[in-house]
Amino acid sequence: MAVLRPLVAALIALAAPLAQADITIGVSLSLTGPASGLGIPIGNAIKLWPTSIAGEKLKVIVLDDATDPTKAVTNAKKFVTEDNADVVVGSVSTPAAIAMADTLAESGTVQLMQSPAVLPAGKDAWAFRLPQGNAVMAYAMVEHMKKNGVKTVGFLGYTDAYGESWLNDFKAQSQQLGGPQIVATERFARADTSVTAQALKLVAANPDAMLIVASGSGAAMPHKAIVERGFKGRIYQTHAAASRDLMRVGGKDVEGAYVASGPAVIPEQLAAGHPSKAIAAEFVAQYEKAYGPGSRNQFAGHGYDTMIVLQKAVPMALKKARPGTKEFRAALREAIETMGRTVVSHGVLAYTKDNHWGFTTETGLILKVVNGDWKVE
Amino acid sequence: MDFSIASILMLDGITNGAIYALLALATVLVFAVTRVIFIPQGEFVAYGALTLALLQLGQVPGTVWLLLAMALLAGALDAVAGLRRGLPAGAVALGAARSLAVPVAVTAITVWAAPLKLPLMLQSLLTLAIVTPLGPLVYRLAYEKLADATVLVLLIVSVGTHFALTGLGLVFFGAEGFRNPSFWDERFTLGPVTLAGQALIIFMVSLALIIGLFLFFERTLRGKALRATAVNRLGARLMGISTSGAGQLSFGLAAFIGALSGLLIGPTTTIFYDSGFLIGLKGFIGAIFGALASYPAAALGAVFVGLIEAFGSFWASAFKEVIVFTLILPVLLWRSFQAGHHDEEE
Amino acid sequence: MRRRFLLAFVALLAVLPLLPVPEFWITQANYIGLYTLVALGLVLLTGVAGLTSFGQAAFVGLGAYSAAYLTLTHGVSPWLTVWIGLAFTFGAALLLGWVTLRMSGHFLPLATIAWGLSLYYLLGNLDFLGKYDGLLGVPALSFFGMPLNTGRSFFWLLWVIVVLAALAVIALLDSRTGRAMRAVKGGTTMAEAMGVDTFRIKVTAFVLAALLASVSGWLFAHFQRTVNPSPFGLKMGIEYLFMAVVGGVGHVWGALVGAGVVKIMEDQLQHWLPLLMGTSGNYEIIVFGVLLILVLQYARDGIWAFVEARFPKPQRVRDWADAPALPERPKPPHGELVLDVQAARKQFGGLVAVNDVSFQVRAGEILGLIGPNGAGKSTTFNLVTGVLPVSGGQVLLRGEPIHSLPSREIARRGVSRTFQHVKMIANMTVLENVALGAHLRGRGGVGASMLRLDRAEERRLLREAERQLARIGMADRMHELAGNLALGPQRLMEIARALCADPSLLLLDEPAAGLRLKEKQALADVLRQLRGEGLSILLVEHDMDLVMGLVDRIVVMEFGTKLIEGTPEEVQASPAVRAAYLGTEH
Repeated sequence: MAVLRPLVAALIALAAPLAQADITIGVSLSLTGPASGLGIPIGNAIKLWPTSIAGEKLKVIVLDDATDPTKAVTNAKKFVTEDNADVVVGSVSTPAAIAMADTLAESGTVQLMQSPAVLPAGKDAWAFRLPQGNAVMAYAMVEHMKKNGVKTVGFLGYTDAYGESWLNDFKAQSQQLGGPQIVATERFARADTSVTAQALKLVAANPDAMLIVASGSGAAMPHKAIVERGFKGRIYQTHAAASRDLMRVGGKDVEGAYVASGPAVIPEQLAAGHPSKAIAAEFVAQYEKAYGPGSRNQFAGHGYDTMIVLQKAVPMALKKARPGTKEFRAALREAIETMGRTVVSHGVLAYTKDNHWGFTTETGLILKVVNGDWKVE
Repeated sequence: MDFSIASILMLDGITNGAIYALLALATVLVFAVTRVIFIPQGEFVAYGALTLALLQLGQVPGTVWLLLAMALLAGALDAVAGLRRGLPAGAVALGAARSLAVPVAVTAITVWAAPLKLPLMLQSLLTLAIVTPLGPLVYRLAYEKLADATVLVLLIVSVGTHFALTGLGLVFFGAEGFRNPSFWDERFTLGPVTLAGQALIIFMVSLALIIGLFLFFERTLRGKALRATAVNRLGARLMGISTSGAGQLSFGLAAFIGALSGLLIGPTTTIFYDSGFLIGLKGFIGAIFGALASYPAAALGAVFVGLIEAFGSFWASAFKEVIVFTLILPVLLWRSFQAGHHDEEE
Repeated sequence: MRRRFLLAFVALLAVLPLLPVPEFWITQANYIGLYTLVALGLVLLTGVAGLTSFGQAAFVGLGAYSAAYLTLTHGVSPWLTVWIGLAFTFGAALLLGWVTLRMSGHFLPLATIAWGLSLYYLLGNLDFLGKYDGLLGVPALSFFGMPLNTGRSFFWLLWVIVVLAALAVIALLDSRTGRAMRAVKGGTTMAEAMGVDTFRIKVTAFVLAALLASVSGWLFAHFQRTVNPSPFGLKMGIEYLFMAVVGGVGHVWGALVGAGVVKIMEDQLQHWLPLLMGTSGNYEIIVFGVLLILVLQYARDGIWAFVEARFPKPQRVRDWADAPALPERPKPPHGELVLDVQAARKQFGGLVAVNDVSFQVRAGEILGLIGPNGAGKSTTFNLVTGVLPVSGGQVLLRGEPIHSLPSREIARRGVSRTFQHVKMIANMTVLENVALGAHLRGRGGVGASMLRLDRAEERRLLREAERQLARIGMADRMHELAGNLALGPQRLMEIARALCADPSLLLLDEPAAGLRLKEKQALADVLRQLRGEGLSILLVEHDMDLVMGLVDRIVVMEFGTKLIEGTPEEVQASPAVRAAYLGTEH
């Protein structure tokens, strides 16, 4: 026993947490795996974050969850127990983000989701989404379809939560707005290498338009499959496909595609009075200065917006508590819920206690792929 | 399901099946000579496709650095072994230089040629030149020391190699997917079916390889010598057959076939750094069909897998993997009975 | 020494959650415990029984999903779901084992890869299991009203289960069933000859491993609180095997060491590799892959083997001196016909290995079977003991036809044998190897051994084994590892093992090969004594001095055919025999 006590003391000293004043931000992103095309740009945006907010140093820990919900939970547990994180950012993959929610809610830590993940009622007390909800984007899409006389739609989407929630949201919005009907539904897994059979069935149903629900470079394959089957109608993609990967992998076949997106990627084409025009331009300038012209994308915008939210909410929370405490985390949540109208690169956020989605339906835009570049419709 | 849909699905199934057949051939080849069940075969496919993709972008693919590193390591190990055995330093140095010659030359050419964005055919040849030497090096570094171990131990080594190569693939190629341009953009219409020129190339290459391998192993002395090393290593060595040479040759062929498959499959689908495993596994099912011994049966089995996949995705797209992998079990059972009583008596 | 370490370890486990160690250490320890359970199953399956499986993760998935689904959808108490999950896994394992374990050699692990993948995709595609997103919000376990929702509270429950499981497996291995499992690893012929139902034993090992994995899954579901298919895929299945191999797949504590080393290494690599690489990503599988290859090349027995070398197991305590003797089979009266081979025939395609051979062996008699190499003597042995089926003719044991029975049934009827090439279990002691021979004389099963209820029977079996070793003159070497013996003593050990089965007919295949003169004389003395006790012996030998001085009658075979049968003098005088051995005179 005499040996044990000093030994334990030494062990504790070794494992003692670092200086309290730092604000610890835990980030779990899909840097590998099928959602890496979304996670890597956010990771890049995070690298451009400032190193302090309101005089407090930022300690940012970035972990890869490989698009794997189990790994995401492990990361969340690590942030909560080992790193004593004040706020957690992640994940960009919907299933992973959903999986993390329980752990973070239990420990009372704000989760700034990078994916429009739908949580069961009452379970999103601590989770805030940075991307526009699927409903918001579906709104813009349905309006565009109505304007262009689309009456029937074929659906080709992921089998997971992202695909499922888009299907439900699209149906709901379309019904509400008197939009097109979904006449054929096919699903495929993120890791699939071919969807010929599904494409066959969809093209045989001959709808006016196709809606493809996939993300990143994975969105090109189903698109090409539909085109290869000889489909001549309009093809719509969701905002998870709003990146250059679509053009890079899809090539000629994705010309003329309609992609839902937030305003962050085309500040130049926004109307002069659009609230996000200035901030989006700042985002694009900063990002492309670091990563090259044309590297801008939808997801990096969310990473940028996350910092804007934190920059507004953290000083409010600092007035109430010190970082590293449970009170600080609770104060941070309160701050985000009460900070009111916040202009970000993707539009205008207005979180409230009951609304953790933030964006309103004006945010969604439809972009068209013209000559390998985006053009606002 | 009408005739036109069935024929499209059949064509899709046979096209994919032809790629799986190539991999099945490589698997049978490696097993027949070294008794290694080469799970990482699929990684060569991914490496081939992605190396070409990076060359297309004008970048130097990381694969060359792996090639160089492995060659240096193997050369060093050989040199140490040679010195320990008492060979004169000159002979050791010469041996090292000879084994390093090709990898170093290929690396140099790639570094020079990559930014030039050469035409597709030349880049494809360069890709083959980069990936093929990886095969013998993998054999030398991972398997040669265990060449006399049981099939089981070799299988576990294969699994370890698969992990290592997949992880390295992530380092070299990143997590993004790539799609390469077709070799032949023509499309031929036969009734309801559109045959892509690419598919034709795949068929022709598969057929040529099946016939070639069959003739080589059944009809030539060298081929039979290679097969002998799997049956009885000591006996083969006593007959003057270099068992290590046999191993390296078979792995080299496997890498070549894998890279070639990667080049062929690259244009038809998006390849990620970890896509190789599932593709290789399906080729492997075909190989099991051929009892890891017969080339035509393996090719047939692989085409069968492709067809099941195509029709399976049409009827129950979510469950197609379940169907394909559950089907292995009866095939394995059947083949196991045929292999008879050869317990691994220790 | 080892016992003290074990006690210290358990004490540390009991105390750890109370100490103010970082929460993360507790989380790590919990994961290590979960992995250890699965690795324990692999030690049993792969290390002991020699069946490589890459699919254990699928069984973890079955346990986890049963727990999650039943608790979430039907509100069943977790303490009940574990049994339902175990029952479900039991059924699945029986089915899969029945299919998979009939395969030999390398087909088995390939099958495990196949159904491992298949189950993974199945779990990911079922709607009611939440497909690839899985089930969320699994409640924590509660122990008499106290919720185990922190890492520390869960820790105790988990580690109690782990330690109990490890002790149960150790107990199992130190029993009749454990010896039978070890026997299966080197091939089924010897095990079957000792009366072990090898298929059943393999299925037993397989099901036990699956059950351990299922328990791990149940605990996992209530620890992680969400269940989705990704940790139950092939990659994790490979990692479990990796843990077992690195720790030492033949040793129970190797499972714990392996799980610990791999988990800690994984965490450290996840921390350091991205810094080294400059970008984030899961690079640790590169290191794992390379490490697996290196371990197989240079340290195939794993880490625990080094520990075993430094702190070997203490010698077995001899506590069976006063155990009651096992009941013995009544021997047939002297002179009764024991073995009657009637025109036995064996054909391999066009080659006739045994050509209508007939002979008889009577109680209390030693029959020698001699002939030049390739005469078909060992094949005849295999026909008599059921290793090969006859192509024609009959073999009768005390009037009962046995030629269509499997080896173990023939063994049960009192036939025991040794082998031309010694088949033993090198990493068991001499005593334990011999005790294997008494497999059919015991009845203790899996449950009895794991709960240590079989100790009384075990003492009787070991006493019998020692008795047989004393008969052969090797009692002083009974605690040595069988693999350390020279060839001669190994052969004698095999004879002791055969005697341990209490046979009425003993078949010895070249027992004197490799023995020195003194040893041969001692062997001859033993065989004469056995004959005096009423045993029948069928002996294949090449040492003519030994044969001629020992046997009552001789049967000579050449090219599969019986050449002559008679007394040693008659055979020595026969010109046909001389011609067969030395060639004809010109």
